[in-house]
Amino acid sequence: MMSSILFYGLSTLLFAAALLVILSRNPIHSALWLVTAFFAVAGHYVLLNAQFLAAVHVIVYAGAIMVLFLFTIMLLNLNKETEPQHSLLVKLAGLVAGGMLLVVMVGALRRSSAETASDLATVHSGTVGLVETLGKVLFRDFLLPFELSSILFLAALVGAVVLGKKELGE
Amino acid sequence: MDLVWLLYKVAFAAGLLGLSLGVAAYSTLGERKVASWIQDRFGPNRSGPMGILQPLADGGKLFFKEELIPGVSNKFLFILGPGIAMSTALVTSAVIPWGRPLSIGGREFPLQLADLNIAVLYVFAVVSLGVYGIMIGGWASNNKYSLMGALRASSQMISYELAMGLSIIGVVMLTGSLSLNDIAAAQKGWHWNILVQPLGFLVFLVCSFAECNRHPFDLAECEAELIGGFHTEYSSMKLGFYLFAEYVNMFISAAMMATLFFGGYQVPGLDSLGLSQNVAALVGTAALFLKISVFIFFFWWVRWTLPRFRYDQLMALGWKTLFPLALLNIAWTGLYLALRGFK
Amino acid sequence: MTLERCLLLAFALFAIGVYGALTRRHLVGLLISIELMLNAANINLAAFAHFRPGDATGGATFALFTIAVAACEMAAALSIVVAMYRRRRNLDLDKLRSLREPIEAEPGAGKAP
Repeated sequence: MMSSILFYGLSTLLFAAALLVILSRNPIHSALWLVTAFFAVAGHYVLLNAQFLAAVHVIVYAGAIMVLFLFTIMLLNLNKETEPQHSLLVKLAGLVAGGMLLVVMVGALRRSSAETASDLATVHSGTVGLVETLGKVLFRDFLLPFELSSILFLAALVGAVVLGKKELGE
Repeated sequence: MDLVWLLYKVAFAAGLLGLSLGVAAYSTLGERKVASWIQDRFGPNRSGPMGILQPLADGGKLFFKEELIPGVSNKFLFILGPGIAMSTALVTSAVIPWGRPLSIGGREFPLQLADLNIAVLYVFAVVSLGVYGIMIGGWASNNKYSLMGALRASSQMISYELAMGLSIIGVVMLTGSLSLNDIAAAQKGWHWNILVQPLGFLVFLVCSFAECNRHPFDLAECEAELIGGFHTEYSSMKLGFYLFAEYVNMFISAAMMATLFFGGYQVPGLDSLGLSQNVAALVGTAALFLKISVFIFFFWWVRWTLPRFRYDQLMALGWKTLFPLALLNIAWTGLYLALRGFK
Repeated sequence: MTLERCLLLAFALFAIGVYGALTRRHLVGLLISIELMLNAANINLAAFAHFRPGDATGGATFALFTIAVAACEMAAALSIVVAMYRRRRNLDLDKLRSLREPIEAEPGAGKAP
């Protein structure tokens, strides 16, 4: 009962924030609404018993990625020039494309849920979201992907430094 | 989840808020007293005996000042900025264990608002959100000095967050838990983490100065070059919120340092005295506050002793010195655990 | 709160992201929309892990990797944005077309090799 009230509240918040992300013209407002949306997503993770994921989500997305976004927007002073708008036709096309995608996905869900509804009822509880369980899985079963992702981080770090450097003669 | 429990939690939360604000208010007085002592002068001594009413006078002054909102700024964000700064500073205290549980009428009342199993991560999540208060405030002021101050402050905070996070990993490895309660409980007797984690503590200490935007890393304000930095345009109680948030952050960092590295509420040899549970718990809480005040004094002392860093020196220190040191600390802790044998 | 509702929520979020990615003309706006879509995918992963029997930690692990990859992606993408802005002084997606074949120079030029 409690969790479903929370679920609907968070979903409404997420939905509204996501719409405002898309519809607000000022990039800074977009980014701040996106932060709000991230909080709602973190709340959903907690409801889905993935507390560690929620904490990491807030630290990485809200604490790092969105700060970088705001940094870029503020440094480039993008808020001054309001974003140029597409014509109504393109917006309509976008709406149709997004809507069709939604319809297709919901349709697929309707078909599949009729077949497998019986085993959807299981709910894990207890230790799943705990750090120890996750750590064991991450460092035993997923060790290679974990190490590979660290190489990816290194590549992104070097790439960002190279791209961000001022070129000679600029 | 009965009524007594609920009431206790609400009362405890209110008490924590009041405590944080009270400690922050009297930190301002203490800071000025220490400053005057270091600089060989009297300091505030007019309002009340020894100037103990000075924080009230300052607060009242801030309340009654004229409130200026720059006409061109984004009003909502301008007001949101100090609010975020204050609330992120205040919510961290929920996961810190302030003492052993009290036993009243056969029930255990823990002196901790929420024993999260990911408390350390929670603290980091909240700390990383503190950047928004400064960034939004600086941007909404629509002033280039404010924007520069905000950008400096936030790049400083996200840079030092990394080294800070890595410096705690050693403690987490030793305890095997992310819960602050477990970390404090594991330091019973003389098993304080500082004894095996001196390097981690050093990195954490320096990083917490940077995270609180305190001297010698207060480049965000830098009154000499940025006229107050991100809060240049703020006045009245909004300015008060920013200044206050800094002191609350200082209190929380001191509490975190005491809990993570100096045994929290543990007092060596307390159990051998044979005190009753409640008295022992209160002695432990008093010890925790003693440790916290030592660290807060250290914050003041540093402020009136060291000159301010230059911005490039600050970044070089964070990335080229503290970050490798924190990595070294993790390696050393791993070696220590391997030699000692995992528990 | 069932699996279906979580999935519906994620689908709606993803569709909003798609709409944003198609209609925003600003490079930063496009990146923000991509973030929305990535989050929709993550909600799905967490929801499946929570409601399906079997490997319970798989969903969270996969979502963690998604977050890591998204962080890398954003670091690289934002540095490209900064570099682009330095060169062009413009981040309008319709004007960043130097990699595209010239079409408006003359009619039929689009077919030329």
